[in-house]
Amino acid sequence: MFAEPVAPAPSAAPPTTALLSLRGVNKSFGAVHVLHDVDLDVYPGEVTALVGDNGAGKSTLIKGVAGISAFDSGEIIYEGQPVTVHDPKQASGLGIEVVYQDLALCDNLDVVHNMYLGREQKKGVVLDEGAMELRARETLAGLSVRTLTSVRQLVASLSGGQRQTVAIARAVLWNSKLVILDEPTAALGVAQTEQVLNLVRRLADSGLGVVLISHNMNDVFQVADRIACLYLGRMAAQVRRDEVTHSQVVELITAGRSGSRGVGGAPGDTDSMTPIAQGEPA
Amino acid sequence: MTTETTPAPAPAPAPPEEHDVAGDLRGAWTDYWDRVRGGDVGALPAVLGLVALVIVFSVMRASTFLTTFNFADLINQSAAVIVIAMGLVFVLLLGEIDLSVGYAAGTSAAILAVTLTQHHWPWPLALVASLIVGAAIGIVIGLLVARLRIPSFVVTLAFFLGLQGVQLLIIGDGGTIGIGDPTLLAIMNDNLSVVLGWTLFLVVVAAYGALTFRRIATRRKAGLPAEPVTVWAAKLIALAVVLGITTFMLNQERSRHPNISSIKGIPVVVPVILVLLVGLTFLLGRTALGRHIYAVGGNAEAARRAGIDVAGVRIFCFILCSTLAAVAGVLIASRDNSVSPSTGGSLTTLSAVAAAVIGGTSLFGGRGLVRDAVLGGLVLAVINNALPLITSQSGITFIVTALVLLFAASVDAISRRRAASSGRV
Repeated sequence: MFAEPVAPAPSAAPPTTALLSLRGVNKSFGAVHVLHDVDLDVYPGEVTALVGDNGAGKSTLIKGVAGISAFDSGEIIYEGQPVTVHDPKQASGLGIEVVYQDLALCDNLDVVHNMYLGREQKKGVVLDEGAMELRARETLAGLSVRTLTSVRQLVASLSGGQRQTVAIARAVLWNSKLVILDEPTAALGVAQTEQVLNLVRRLADSGLGVVLISHNMNDVFQVADRIACLYLGRMAAQVRRDEVTHSQVVELITAGRSGSRGVGGAPGDTDSMTPIAQGEPA
Repeated sequence: MTTETTPAPAPAPAPPEEHDVAGDLRGAWTDYWDRVRGGDVGALPAVLGLVALVIVFSVMRASTFLTTFNFADLINQSAAVIVIAMGLVFVLLLGEIDLSVGYAAGTSAAILAVTLTQHHWPWPLALVASLIVGAAIGIVIGLLVARLRIPSFVVTLAFFLGLQGVQLLIIGDGGTIGIGDPTLLAIMNDNLSVVLGWTLFLVVVAAYGALTFRRIATRRKAGLPAEPVTVWAAKLIALAVVLGITTFMLNQERSRHPNISSIKGIPVVVPVILVLLVGLTFLLGRTALGRHIYAVGGNAEAARRAGIDVAGVRIFCFILCSTLAAVAGVLIASRDNSVSPSTGGSLTTLSAVAAAVIGGTSLFGGRGLVRDAVLGGLVLAVINNALPLITSQSGITFIVTALVLLFAASVDAISRRRAASSGRV
């Protein structure tokens, strides 16, 4: 539980079967083709970083997996089975939880209420506040969260890092198998970023599949096992972290290719790079 | 503090079983005061306002304002507005508004009167019919607001105008339809017997004490922090004293000619309001649906992503609001002994909105309780009841009511700002 979070633990045996596989996923908003035949594999016990510039389609991709806005075409294979996800309830039923960038928390409710929002535990018709409070405390303790003074605090009174912690704890409360984090450190200071990244690493170490969306290369290289790079709606490359350097990832993000990797195919083949421009989202 | 040379060991922290009565109360008070300073004022302005108004009016017109007859009249006057405001609390919690409640009450009352008097339906059937009309109004408003996403202000403004016309057409040329059914008239005109009144008092206090104590006990057993028993006892005693005085006053003889006809006891409408208060408070505070209402009012997008049926919650609140308006319509009909085109008109809607806000429900959504409607309704009734005893100019009443509403809205806005800066909402 207290593994040094700075470097990802070398996985003993590389997992053979992916927890989640996307195959040939497409999504358009009107005339704008945001995702082009995207493939993605997420393995249990690993942090897969999803990187890409603004407008590359990262948020659209996870919204499709989360059931917020379904893909137009393509296959979602989850635990070896093809599945369809059309609303958030279906996604959470499968054990997929998303922690959103804009923190989908209700300021006017307390920590326990937020963690159980939409999935309240009940005794008959009455809310079982005691059981919910106990389990919320256990979950927070299990994640080694010590920054919250009371689980009955209103979320409005929490700092950015504490809110992010609550949002992540909510995602793991449900024995979820896949946790997707959208820019969890975007608005945080140095110490809070460190806390959240530690938490992200612990999630993967406890066997969950984790997808981390981030703009911050330091964060990515600190916790990720694999890096998937989106470039203008296409999957430029999906590689193990130790196979690439910092600058190669930056190249993939900004140009869509680096050496033999990338949307363009072989180096020198300039023609194959052209389809990129037409799919550029507004 | 303690050193090696200290002869006596430092006092160990008291075990939780032993209660330091003064300390418990002081702790609870400090917690409460911190919350108020942090912007969570709750019922404080309404309670203080109510007490202040009663004291001022009593000093100015002790002979008329403080009479027991006036006290009972005050309750009957405020009953309909309180019930409408209870429904409005649910709509305001969403951050929406319903301006049609007055004429929803009037239209439902018109249905009650027509079915009862012109079609000679038995009263339970007529009552159900009027409540169904109320619910139907709520369904239509709810669908327009939640599915089409028309701003509730516009939808309910249209219903405010439209229902006024519907009410006129239902009542027809006669102008006023009398209500003669003794059961319906009893709601606003009869009183509980003295014995029944004290029984009600005992049941309410005992039930409150037992339920809150059970909650403390179960939390203790689960190892969760719970309210100290001393604080529980203090609250229970305070409730018993307030309700005891109220019951005692209402049980006094208030007829001017007691030999001819005796008038005493708790008005029948009080247990009606009590049942609504307890039932709706339970719905809002103890059920998943209630929690979802707060969530939708606090952050609708977060609620949607948590898998809550946001449109369904919105529609439910509008149905509840219009149905409670229909209940209030029945109360108005019972009080007036008749239904006319002006039933539910003039200031009814605005008084109900004012009552909810004065009681402490936020106009910005996400914060409010059912009891706010009762407190705010009583504040309004005290003003409307006492000012005419002091001045014959009804203009003054309007101005004072307006000032109180502005004051309440200011408290709401200021406490919201303080809440934002201190991290409470």
